[in-house]
Amino acid sequence: MSVVAAPMPLASVRRGIRLRRRFLRRPLAILGLVLVVLFLVLAIVGPFVTPNPLAQDLTTTFASPSAHHLLGTDDLGRDELARLASGARVSLVAGVLSTALAMLVGVPIGLASGYFKGWLDPVIMRLNDTVLAFPFLIFAVGFAAIFGASLRNVVIALSIGLLPTIVRVSRGEALVLREQDFVGGAVADGARPAAIMFRYLLPNAFNALMVQATVGIPNGIIGEAVLSFLGLGVQPPGASWGLMLTSAQQFLTQAPQLAIYPGAMIALATLGFNLLGDGLRDVLDPRDHR
Amino acid sequence: MSGTTVLDVEHLRVTFATEDGPVLAVKDMSFAVAPGEILALVGESGCGKTITAMSIPGLLPAGGVARSGTVRLAGRELTSLAERDLESLRGKDISVVFQEPMTSLNPAYTVGKQIVEVIRRHQSLSRGQALDRAVELLTLVGIPDARRRCASFPHQLSGGMRQRVMIAMAVACDPKVLIADEPTTALDVTIQAGVLEVIRTLCRTLDTAVLLITHDLGVVAEVADRVVVMYAGRPVEQASVHSLFAEPQHPYTMGLMDALPANALRSRSRRLTEIPGLVPAPVDDPDECQFAPRCPRATERCRTERPLLRQVDDRPDDHLVACHHPGREASRD
Repeated sequence: MSVVAAPMPLASVRRGIRLRRRFLRRPLAILGLVLVVLFLVLAIVGPFVTPNPLAQDLTTTFASPSAHHLLGTDDLGRDELARLASGARVSLVAGVLSTALAMLVGVPIGLASGYFKGWLDPVIMRLNDTVLAFPFLIFAVGFAAIFGASLRNVVIALSIGLLPTIVRVSRGEALVLREQDFVGGAVADGARPAAIMFRYLLPNAFNALMVQATVGIPNGIIGEAVLSFLGLGVQPPGASWGLMLTSAQQFLTQAPQLAIYPGAMIALATLGFNLLGDGLRDVLDPRDHR
Repeated sequence: MSGTTVLDVEHLRVTFATEDGPVLAVKDMSFAVAPGEILALVGESGCGKTITAMSIPGLLPAGGVARSGTVRLAGRELTSLAERDLESLRGKDISVVFQEPMTSLNPAYTVGKQIVEVIRRHQSLSRGQALDRAVELLTLVGIPDARRRCASFPHQLSGGMRQRVMIAMAVACDPKVLIADEPTTALDVTIQAGVLEVIRTLCRTLDTAVLLITHDLGVVAEVADRVVVMYAGRPVEQASVHSLFAEPQHPYTMGLMDALPANALRSRSRRLTEIPGLVPAPVDDPDECQFAPRCPRATERCRTERPLLRQVDDRPDDHLVACHHPGREASRD
């Protein structure tokens, strides 16, 4: 239509390409992404294509891998791969839900603390320190003792454990951002505090919170495994990587693979999320532009 | 005069309580701005001009601030308003353009979205209507291809462009008063003229009262209608821009003008003249002329009696000066 040179490409597009290029330059980040994707596939698709993880077959206990049971069976003749897939789904739920819950509660608290300051900030931060002062396991054991052992309570306990970190990070971001000129400008344009927190502070704190999420999810996975291992999480006959480790203990000499499989899964899944998180932090950090 | 003014500030006094005692940032400021008029507030750093301006929409930093005097917007007293009422006033009746265009826009949203947000905060328009209005505003401030620019993020725009966007946001709701705090200080000289032209045009077409804060007398000469020269928290001279530049009366104003590089070129020594000494620390308010320690004409009277703003014999009615020894002749010694 026009004879003028083509419009300058939108920098948001260029930014996307630039970020992808920076990401692809980091082999460890790619490895992390691959591990996370494999984990997601196992957790989301796995349970649909594997046998019933609860179906016992006492005639084929401790079976070796075969076409029928790709990773063999456990002490009760249950399909090991099916149980790993089912455990992956539990891990995913625990990791993602606990992080999401902690964010949902912690981010507004942290932003308000950092934005309003005044008397609110020290009150919130001291309460935060109080939560932080409880060793996570002791807190979780007490929580399970009072409210019962279930996946739901594991998620709640995990999110409470993660909460102080989220509050502190969002408060720190708010403290920095509230001094920016564009926040002062918003105040001068008549923006109310809620609008400032969610439309000016939150979008600009996105990168930092994104990195926190990728740290929170593997912590949730490990936490769920630990609590289930101790009998405070998923209950038998349900499948969870932690629970599978517990039942594998008695047969460690007889069938070490029953402990190795879930252990390796925990290690690989958390490694994947951590590598991905490190990579994202490098890619998204505006101070590290090369 | 008060019949035609939209913003009236009378005996404004702003004090900050600090650990080392009270700081008298603004001691006694009075001025008025009429619709469609640009009033420049001039003074060196720390004389209280920004504090004066920011106390109008109640944007002073929280904690330890005491403000007295009256600030009336179209007859409505602002100093006694609750924060919530001020919030609905800001951006609608009184807007502010800040000094730093590079950091004054939210980096997370496109400029179109930010203008739409300001419009919808104060007016009940649909998103589409507000966007049309945003395009209209961007065109008004001289941004070409405004509709496509709406999709730009702040970091894609130059400083001058961003300052134009800031001005578009500020006038989005047809404010009665626009406060421009050093709007061109951070811009290249070549860009400054364009931005000033935008402010002047908007002031005339929208009949907005503009309070322009600056330390740049060149900017004052270019766009202002009237000028208030501030020193140590008080007005020392107030005049129409023509009268002020033709016959400055206060020795401080004369000092500022002599310090302009252009005037140094004309002087015999070709050396940049400066005003000797420093601005007095804003800790007390003795009954004296605060400029006396730096003033070549200071007499005993200046050190014992504070001069009040008054009219001088041979100047127009609106030319006021706070000096015991005003006029041009004595500075030529």
